[in-house]
Amino acid sequence: MSTTAVPQNTALSRFTGVLGDVISRPSGALGLGLVAAHLIMALISPYLSPYDYKEMNAAMMLAGPDASHWLGTDHLGRDVFSRTIQGGREAILVTGIATPVAVFWGGMVGIFFGLIGGRVDEVLMRFVDAFLSLPWILKMLVLIVTFGTGIEVLIPTLAFFYGIPVIRIARAATHDVVARDFVSAARARGHKRLTIMRRELLPNVLDTLMVEGAMRWSWMLLAFSSLSFLGFGVSPPAPDWGLMISDARGYMSFAPWGVLGPVIALSSLIIGINLTADALAKALGIDRAQKAPV
Amino acid sequence: MTAAPIIDIQDISIGFTGLSGSTLPVLRNIDLSVRPGESVGLVGESGSGKSTLALAAMGYLKRGLRVLNGSSHFNGDDMFSQSRKSLEHIRGGKLGLVPQNSGQSLTPTLRIGAQLTEALRLHSKLDQAQYRARVLELLGQVRLPDPEAIYARFPHELSGGQQQRVAIAMALAGEPDALLLDEPTTGLDVTTQAHILELLRDLAAETGMAMVYVSHDLGAIARVCDRVVVMYAGEVVLESTAKQVLTAPTHPYARGLLASIPKLSDPHLPTALDGRPPAPGKAGAGCAFVDRCGIASGLCRSSRPPLAAGPGGAMSRCHHAEQANQLPMTSTGADPERSDPNAPAALALDKVSISYAKQGLIEKLLGKEDTRPVTVDGISVAMKRGETLGLVGESGSGKSTILKSIAGLLPPAGGEITFGDGGHLPQEVERRSNDHLRRIQLIFQNPDDSMNPRHTIAEILEQPLKLYFGLKGQALHDRSAELLERVRLGAHYMTRLPSQLSGGEKQRVAVARAFAAEPELVLCDEVTSALDVSVQAAVLDLLNELKQEQGTTYVFVSHDLAVVRALSDRVAVLYQGRLCEIGPSEDVYALPSHPYTEVLLGAVLEPDPDYAPKLTADDVIELAPPAQGCPFQRRCPRKLGAICDTDSPPWQQQPNGHAVRCHISLEELNRLQVDEARSDETPKETLSA
Repeated sequence: MSTTAVPQNTALSRFTGVLGDVISRPSGALGLGLVAAHLIMALISPYLSPYDYKEMNAAMMLAGPDASHWLGTDHLGRDVFSRTIQGGREAILVTGIATPVAVFWGGMVGIFFGLIGGRVDEVLMRFVDAFLSLPWILKMLVLIVTFGTGIEVLIPTLAFFYGIPVIRIARAATHDVVARDFVSAARARGHKRLTIMRRELLPNVLDTLMVEGAMRWSWMLLAFSSLSFLGFGVSPPAPDWGLMISDARGYMSFAPWGVLGPVIALSSLIIGINLTADALAKALGIDRAQKAPV
Repeated sequence: MTAAPIIDIQDISIGFTGLSGSTLPVLRNIDLSVRPGESVGLVGESGSGKSTLALAAMGYLKRGLRVLNGSSHFNGDDMFSQSRKSLEHIRGGKLGLVPQNSGQSLTPTLRIGAQLTEALRLHSKLDQAQYRARVLELLGQVRLPDPEAIYARFPHELSGGQQQRVAIAMALAGEPDALLLDEPTTGLDVTTQAHILELLRDLAAETGMAMVYVSHDLGAIARVCDRVVVMYAGEVVLESTAKQVLTAPTHPYARGLLASIPKLSDPHLPTALDGRPPAPGKAGAGCAFVDRCGIASGLCRSSRPPLAAGPGGAMSRCHHAEQANQLPMTSTGADPERSDPNAPAALALDKVSISYAKQGLIEKLLGKEDTRPVTVDGISVAMKRGETLGLVGESGSGKSTILKSIAGLLPPAGGEITFGDGGHLPQEVERRSNDHLRRIQLIFQNPDDSMNPRHTIAEILEQPLKLYFGLKGQALHDRSAELLERVRLGAHYMTRLPSQLSGGEKQRVAVARAFAAEPELVLCDEVTSALDVSVQAAVLDLLNELKQEQGTTYVFVSHDLAVVRALSDRVAVLYQGRLCEIGPSEDVYALPSHPYTEVLLGAVLEPDPDYAPKLTADDVIELAPPAQGCPFQRRCPRKLGAICDTDSPPWQQQPNGHAVRCHISLEELNRLQVDEARSDETPKETLSA
């Protein structure tokens, strides 16, 4: 027998392997680069901003781009460039916390449903279906109107709503795994349900959940920006892409730069996340086309 | 035999580019020619390149492979330089393929008639109006009963054997000159397999087609081939007539392969062929088989033997072909460990019945009588400590279901299972104590499926050790390493993932995992059916050794009667979830036996070209047992009459524990079967004389 080097199969070696695979794909390298740039910008932008984002200048309202204001000024004379580079901080913070929470709780519930199966699973899933059939914006608005706005409401709200479709995905992925003999083997050995979920099912569903998490993140960013756009998210004068678009859209015909900055920033982040998710799915061998759209 | 070969492969090498960038050959300089009317078998272990070679005859390469040198001609056309259009014309037309898993190669949403019509539209010159008649004719040609009915069915409505027949009919649609059959009977029941092979033999005789069989099963090859090509590590190592390859092979590998096949006539364990073939590109300068060969010399390490004519005219790739002739090729394996008749009780099933249907909640609340249809019924068996009970039967006979029930995964609908000293064994796995769980372990059929692909071998072995013994740290590591040593793998396997192991290695890990619990009862569910024969012998050997050491009790489920024979003290024959016969192995395998056992035994193929199976019953698959009477009534070749339809047959006990459940008395069965066996032999002797 050949005496090749003993393969190391640690979590770290797998992580670096997958990361390397993602980066080696053009879409993955571009996507990951975009996401990383946004994250770094969110951290350091307060120190880079040429102007204070709330500093108004009545003399320079809706001024076009020039050497001092790279992206021009808005209707209150605030520097659009400074506001744009800081405009993603809250969105990234809120969604960056809400996404893992959503994927975690949705994933756990989905794996549990997938494991127990049978009638209980069927009945509970019908509730999930009923809930998903309502438009998300209505459900969000009900909660926000009831509890008010602000980070402390937005994070749990987004985490809750975006966890529910994850239940379906995790349940479907679990159903494929549960039918396999190693799960029967674990049951026959007498492992507890929780151990089976954690040790046998989770590692095999994790790939799907990671890709799903990346997708959820981009959708959540859009949702957050939409809420800000409607005035339910970040309150003025804080800079936020959704809010900036909302403020500037009235002047779009003669001062398009007010919209341009936040639109490019928001779409580049979302495209970056989607490209990463795509590359990740390919690296992990998950066919996203097969997943039911939710 | 002077006709020009129809399939002519010259000096072909096929390979792929490895991760390191070097070219790794899968086939090395192979010549293969098949003349019209000839049947050639390609045999070898998985990975030997036999399928790649057969597909090369069609000009087809699996993804990533490319031709390094050589050529492949069919009817004079170079198959690797054809245009796509003419290739499409030849493939499925003059050169048919019957793929391995035909059930999966049929389109599930198209009726059988429509699928065959499609094949005709592509490959025959018939007028559209004639399609239907021709399809019915083809279905008749492959001996499908009631072609009209089959015409209108969907693939899932057919049994595995019927699907295979449809696939053969489809290959015949283009009136081919040659047929490639890739493992045509693998995965089918013994009786179905024997029937399909008889059909193929008849077809070859009727049509004069050339046939190329790819198979790992020497028994199947023996039945249908004139010439056999033995492949090893991408090379032809032996090529000769079927008779010579199977009865007097002049290559050590072929002899080892033959010795590793368990045979019905031999109660010994088969001899394992240790080691594994070199990976592509890893074969050194010498003979590829050198590391596993018993007669290898220095010459074998330094120079690659040529394929040369040896004794008896066989082409053998061996420096010591003469010497190879002396190697044993019947099993010299150990005697199976026999149990002590006075041992304490290990397991008893009392009138166990099992149902897959769930009892309705309302019925349960109302306390209504349980009326679920039972898959398995009336199973009563008592086993002693250290005994091995073989459960045999065709697919759907309930063998695995019974194991699941003992393991607690599928609680019985009726009856009782007692374990060990008569202590109560809770039916559901969730209610069993840790001690009960530890003492009963289950080994699954397919190690790819029974091990979590995300866990390393260490993690897989640690689970029972942590769960049952609470081992931690160094003790845990040491015990895992010890277990790996025990199954001859070694501690360096601990950091590997299951996907980095071969099939045989994976199954050893599965065995190690079961024995980590230090069990008293091990349930083996077709543990060797996913493995190559040479590897199968090693796993059987390992199970026998462990039994010797630890006095473990086995329930051994297999569809392969010879494998069961090699390991079992007692054998129980199941049909449709009902016991037909049970008794000491030597008695069950001898006459007289239950008519169903007789059918099963008759269909077993031996790697001997002169051995003809005795097919006494149809290979119809029944979906449910009859409502009353004997479960085997509809297929029984010895059916008495109305009594079989109405009355459950009685158990006929013999003093040594052998019991047959049949209306025909044992004396009568004996008279019928022994007489027939004698009359079968007489004409054969006169023929050969």
